[in-house]
This record gives sequence, C-alpha cells and structure tokens, in this order.
Amino acid sequence: MAAAFPFSAIVGQDEMKLALLIAAVDPKVGGVLAFGDRGAGKSTAVRALAALLPRMKVIAGCRYNCDPERPAEFCDDCRARAVNGVLKTAQIAVPVVDLPLGATEDRVVGALDLERALAHGEKAFEPGLLARAHRGFLYIDEANLLEDHLVDLLLDVAASGENVVEREGLSIRHPARFVLVGTGNPEEGELRPQLLDRFGLSVEVKTPDDLPSRIEVVRRRDEFESDTAAFIAKWAKEETRLRKKIVSARDRLASVTVPDAALERAARLCMTLGTDGLRGELTLMRAARALAALEGHTAVADGHLRRIAAPALRHRLRRNPLDDAGSSVRVDRAISEVFV
Amino acid sequence: MNAALAWSDAVTAAQLVAVDPIGTGGVLVRSRAGPVRDRWLAMLRGALPASQPLRHLPLHIADARLLGGLDLNATLLAGRPVAERGLLAEVDGGMLVLAMAERLSPATTVHVTAAMDAHETVVERDGLSLRMPARFGAIVLDEGLEDEFAPAGLRDRLAFHVDLNDIPLRYADELEINGEEIAVARERLTSLKVNDAQIEVISAAAGALGIMSMRAPLLALRVACASAALSGHAAVGQDDIALAARLVLAPRARVFPQSNETEQPQQPLEPPSESSGGDGGDDQEKPDIDRVLDEVVLAAVQAALPPDVLTALRASAGRSRGRSQGKAGALQKSSRRGRPAGIRRGELRGGARLNLIETLRAAARWQPLRRREAAAAGAGSGPPRVLIRKEDFRISRFKQRAESTTIFVVDASGSAALHRLAEAKGAVELLLADCYIRRDQVALIAFRGSVAELLLPPTRSLARAKRSLAGLPGGGGTPLAAGLDAAFALSDSVRRKGQTPTIVLLTDGRANIARDGGQGRPRAEQDAISAARQLRAAGITAVLVDTSPRPGALAESFAREMGARYLPLPHADAATLSKAVLASVR
Repeated sequence: MAAAFPFSAIVGQDEMKLALLIAAVDPKVGGVLAFGDRGAGKSTAVRALAALLPRMKVIAGCRYNCDPERPAEFCDDCRARAVNGVLKTAQIAVPVVDLPLGATEDRVVGALDLERALAHGEKAFEPGLLARAHRGFLYIDEANLLEDHLVDLLLDVAASGENVVEREGLSIRHPARFVLVGTGNPEEGELRPQLLDRFGLSVEVKTPDDLPSRIEVVRRRDEFESDTAAFIAKWAKEETRLRKKIVSARDRLASVTVPDAALERAARLCMTLGTDGLRGELTLMRAARALAALEGHTAVADGHLRRIAAPALRHRLRRNPLDDAGSSVRVDRAISEVFV
Repeated sequence: MNAALAWSDAVTAAQLVAVDPIGTGGVLVRSRAGPVRDRWLAMLRGALPASQPLRHLPLHIADARLLGGLDLNATLLAGRPVAERGLLAEVDGGMLVLAMAERLSPATTVHVTAAMDAHETVVERDGLSLRMPARFGAIVLDEGLEDEFAPAGLRDRLAFHVDLNDIPLRYADELEINGEEIAVARERLTSLKVNDAQIEVISAAAGALGIMSMRAPLLALRVACASAALSGHAAVGQDDIALAARLVLAPRARVFPQSNETEQPQQPLEPPSESSGGDGGDDQEKPDIDRVLDEVVLAAVQAALPPDVLTALRASAGRSRGRSQGKAGALQKSSRRGRPAGIRRGELRGGARLNLIETLRAAARWQPLRRREAAAAGAGSGPPRVLIRKEDFRISRFKQRAESTTIFVVDASGSAALHRLAEAKGAVELLLADCYIRRDQVALIAFRGSVAELLLPPTRSLARAKRSLAGLPGGGGTPLAAGLDAAFALSDSVRRKGQTPTIVLLTDGRANIARDGGQGRPRAEQDAISAARQLRAAGITAVLVDTSPRPGALAESFAREMGARYLPLPHADAATLSKAVLASVR
C-alpha cells in the first residue's frame, strides 16, 4: 500500500484531527464522522491516523485480534487454546480497515471459506472485514452512499460489539468492536439518521480559506509527492511525539476525574439543545475526558467541554434537518448560554 | 476567447495529458459527440504510447467488472476461487475513457475516484480480498446539456476542463502530436520540480479566483511541470506557471479577481520556517509574487475567460454552487440497486442472476461424495474439478423498493406570495425532511411571472433543496399552465428512469398567464385546464394544496381536472399541511 501522508503534517483541520485523536485515546467515544468539502483532506487524515496509531498487543495467530489482557472477551478459538496453556502474544499495527462501497455482504460479515470447502470439503469460517477491524477502525469513505443493507448490518454489529454469522450451516459469533469512521460530502446526499446517531463525534470539514495555510497545504503535498520517503522522515519526530501523547493519554484516561460541576454543565448543555436520549451526554463526557487526558490534565474542566461540545452534539439536535441556523451555530449559542 | 484560441488550448491540454496522465488526473471534455471531439480524441490517442492501455468504461458497468471479482470459468475449472482483474486494474498505467459521464452513477464514480486517489483498487467481494495497482488518467467525456454535468467529485480530480462545444469544425485543425516528443517529455518530467515561490503564486491565484478545492492548485503544479517537460525547459518557468493557471484554474474560477486588491485577502505571506526556498531573500520575494500573480498568472487566466462569462461571474459570485451536479445517472442506477433479499434455489432462466458464490457453497459439501461417485462411475482421473449439479444453483433475489420522486410545484406568483408563500415554503421544507428520511428524491419547480423554472432537479441532497427553496422569490403573474407543463415533463423523465413521480402542487388556482406568456384570465385558465388534463391522462398521482385564504370551488374543480386530491387548508400551519399531504400521497 502507498505510504500515508503524516498525520502531524496535515495543515489546519484541527477539529477533525482532534476528533480522530480522541477516538484513538478512547474508542468508546464511538466513532467519527467527517463531512465536508471536496479536496479538503478527509480521507488523507484517516489514512494518516492508521500510520500514527501505536501498535497493539494481540494473541498470536488469532484471526479476531483478541486482546491478551482481556480473557473475558476472547473469541472461541482463543478460549479453547487458553485452556491448554499460555497463549503467545504478538504486536501488530492497529487495523484501519476500509469498507469499500461495492463490498458484498459475505465479505463484510465473513462466510464459509470457499477454497477449503471446495478443495477439501472442510467447513471453515473465513472472517470478514468486521473481524479484521476488531479493536481497530472501520473506515467508510463516502459513507452517505453506502447501500442500505450494509448500513443495517453495521448498525447491528456496532450496537452489540459482536458479529453473529448464521449462514451456510455455519454458526459463528465473534467479538467485533471497532471505531467507525465515516467521511462524505453532503452535496451527494445525506446520511441515514440511524447511522448518523452511531457516530460519537461529527465534524464539519472545510477547505482552509486563508492564503498562508492554503499555500502550506499545497507546499507540503507537493513535497510529499515528489519525495515521499524524505518527507516522512522529516515528520517522523513529530509523529513519534504525537504517538507518545496518545499512549500516555490512554494510560491517564482512567484516572481523569469528572467533577460534579462538569457533569451538571454537560447535562444543562444537552437540555438547552434538546438532544434526544442520553447518548449525547455520555459522548460529551467521554470525549471531554479523553481530551483532558490527551492534554495532560487530571480533571475535566469547562474548557474541555466547550471545545468538544460541537462535534459531540451537533448531529444529535432534535431532527429538524432544515433549520436554517446550522447546527454548529445552535450549539455555539447553547454554549454561550450555559457557560456564562 | 475565440474559437481558434479555444482549440489551441484544447490541443495543449491533450499534449500535457499525454505527458503526465496520472499526475494530472486527466481531462474533462465537455462537448456533444461530433467531429470536433472525434478529432481531438484521435489526436490525444495518437499522442499516447501504444503500449499503454486505453480502456473504455461503459456507463452501466457492473461492480464485479469494474473492480474485479470471481472469474466464473476459471473458478469452475480450477475448483478454487480464481480472481479476475477489474477494469480499473486493467487500465493501470494507461488512460480510462468515460463516455457520457454526466450520467455516471454515484457508486461507479466513487470507485473510479477512490482508485484515482489511492492509485490502487481494493476489492472485498465474492469471497475475495484483493489489492491491485490502478494508476491511470481519465478522459471524461461530458455530453451534458446546460444543466447536466459530470459528477463533481470526478471533475475535481481532473486537471484539464476542456469545452469543445463552441468550436466550429473549421477551426479544429487536424494536428498530429509527435509521439516521440511526448516520450522525451515523459522522461524529462521526473526531474522537474516547482519551487516555493511558484507554489505560492499558484495557491494565491486559486484563492483569488475563489477556487476552494485544494486539488486545483496541486493539479496546476503538476501541469506546470508537464508543460516545462514538453517545452524542454530545464526548470519550471514563469510561462509554465501561467499556462497551468490558464488551463487548470481559469475553467474553475468562481470569482473574478479584482486587480486592484481591495477585496482579496492579500495577507503577507508567512514563509514557513524550514523551507526558505533557495534563491532570493524573503523581503524581495513578496512584492515579486504579487507582481507575478497580477501580471502574469491572472492575466493569463483573464485571457482564457470569455467576456460574457466574466460579467456573469461578477454578477453571481458565490451563488453558482451546486445547482446541478449531474445526478441523472444516480437515479437510473439506484433503481437497480435493490436490496438483496436473499438467495434461493432455482433454475437459470428468465434473466435470473446466478449467484456463483452461493452455488459453489451449496455444492461444496457434496464434493467428496460426488467425486467418489464419479470415480466409481469411471469418469477418468483428471484434475480435481468441482462437480456442480442443477440442484446446487442458487439465484440472487433483489427486493426493489419502488423509488419515488416527489415533485413540488410551487406557485410563487404575486397572488400566492401575498398570503401563503412563506407557509408553503415551510410546508415544503417539512415534506422535504420527510422525503429525506424515507430516502425519496425531491424536485422543485416554481412558477411566477411568465415562466416555470426547475429550481432543483431530482436529488436526495437536503442541503441543495434547502438552498434552492430559500432563494425562491415571490411576485408576478401566475403561469399555472407553464408550471404544470414543466411538472409533466419532469414526471415523464422520472418515469422513464423507472421511478414513481408524485406531484404536490401548491397554488391558489388563479391562473392569469397563458402558455404563450400572454395575459388574460380566460385563456390562461383554459391552458391550465388542458395542462391539468394531460397530467390526469398520464395517471400521475397528484395533490393540490389550495393556498388561497378562502379556499373554494375554483381550485377544487381544478384539482378534479387534474385528477388530484384536493386539500383546502385555510388556516393550517406548515406542520398540519405536511401531514395532510403525506397522508394523501401514501
């Protein structure tokens, strides 16, 4: 695969980068949706993230990337093997799996392994994309154009964290928890509301409109294209720094406290905006905590809530998709009401 | 810009594409089919090395063929899944021709653009998982009439936008591009680079022309390199930059640059810390850039813009966005993208689609048994084959939800505007929201003054629907007949795409402009009634919402003529109105 553009070399797009980093720190935040202009670097950022993420520990040879430190969540294979002795572990790159638009259902959920079935008459399961994305990221480019039956399938798995396959006489269930990352251009059609709701954070991407950053975008891209290896080497230090930041944020995450005042603020913000359900508040808290961890703070403060409120809430406002005031404006308004 | 100049630009574009098909992304040719286009294409073809593939992408290509999938024959023969390369992988290293691109479906478009971005295709289908290199340039033939365009995502990735529509054949000299020159230029290309100042000039020019996409300046830089390679320059020079601006940036211009710098954000350029750009101190560089920008690049762009376009651009700065992005293909394809409704055992007749994978899966468990049987029957001992019998055949079934397109026909005339236009807008918005949730398409026609106008061709994009509705002015006469005729024409085209049209007409029924634009109530009403009967005869589901403050017999009888359901809603607010319309459409 072609080398990815370094994450830290992306000019601007702070909101999108922040959202992706938060998802990397705490996958429970629930995915990132980036909608916006063409040619603004949405896909570039996601691919860059894949190269940035620290490697993760898995059980060697496990097809579902089971986490050796969480035996409760093992797949059936690992469970069986764990009884017989100690499992070997391995370090792999965090999977960032593409879900291409034309994918067929059997490749997404997994199906009977044809080759083995035909050649040897064996009934074996061949894991699909969902298995490969476990503990990593599932990336849908042009998410708004994804066929409905695939969307249904994703919703189901994303909600349960488990993929259940019942086909061709196979009966398999395996863990499939992944961070959903979707990108798209709103001019080409909207996202189904059910899918929209699954994304924890939603960011709006715009091409930079000030000249210096536009020049910088072009300059870096040109440099990257004309000498990819040198460009990556030049940014390697910055990438390492960022990677370390993610790792230490993950370690710190559990110890970041959420004061009652912050909880109250979050609740008031959601009430003011009239977001449906509790998902908004939960995401807001989680994202704020991940942000605090990322920046080395020990407690969630107003500043964190303020900065993450728009991406956490703007796609959950009560459904009036035609309200002329954009949802970002509504969130901003609510923020200025709540945080006096 | 005159035709001779336009042709010479088109020729230059062909040469430059031939020099760097992959880096420049390719070329968009907006033109009806005809001898001029043929001549241009022949020229380009002659310039491309014969050893490199040039493949055509048929409009209705199946995903399996486009991306690759299972090779049916080879799979059956070998007894294991054998992958087949798709068109995108086959065209690797060459050029892909997309004809009638304005009708390209979004799904196909996305596959092509994804391959252009990643320089490879990723296949996850039919039990296969493949990555194949796919580096190619695209020749996109856009035959759209005024309102139809090739998909924006695709246009954005092509450096050259060539319009051959207004070039008479006599200007289109038959030129031959020297293939050897191109080959030499291709070699030279690898060593050419743009410098920092040139990057700044191109970025600034793109900004000044209101081009938002970041791909445009990048493509312009590639073109500048190709131009330098073609003309044998040792380094990219000012003419190369000017040419690139003219060919790549001018056709994308949204705003006309103000030459005396009052509006343009000409902040001092902060030279980034690391890259000090080689020659020349920083303090000389800035005024120099401004000068180059103004005198060379923008002058080049300006020359490439025809004068009437300039006035239009000035008048409509900022408004031009996204009226129509060539969605026609989308409609067509989506009716075929039915939801797979499972697999069943069946026979291969009547156009049933064999699902090979499922068939093989069904056959798989019987293989050992059948092989034993075959061996017992003495059927030779060739290579192990897959033994498939009729009872293994599995057929894909698709459930097709009939897609519907709701056409809103809104009376924006003076009589309606006075009382109800705002409410009608509100109702239409709510209905739009509902259509959006059901994934229906919506279209919007407004009539006022003496004409009906298609404000929004069928789309699913709410953002666009909203914009066109917000911009809807009120006032003027009531050309009801024209509105209905436009609705009829649109319904007809919707039907031809295999979808079901529904018309929602919001009017007070007081027609006063006849079909020919003449005034006078009696003739206008007669025309309107005949237009209404046409709709009834075609059997199109319709709803007439009477928006007059005192609904009455006039609109009601009109609804009867139209075969429409009549909804008198004297004091209903937008929400009630939308509910009532929805109930009657179901």
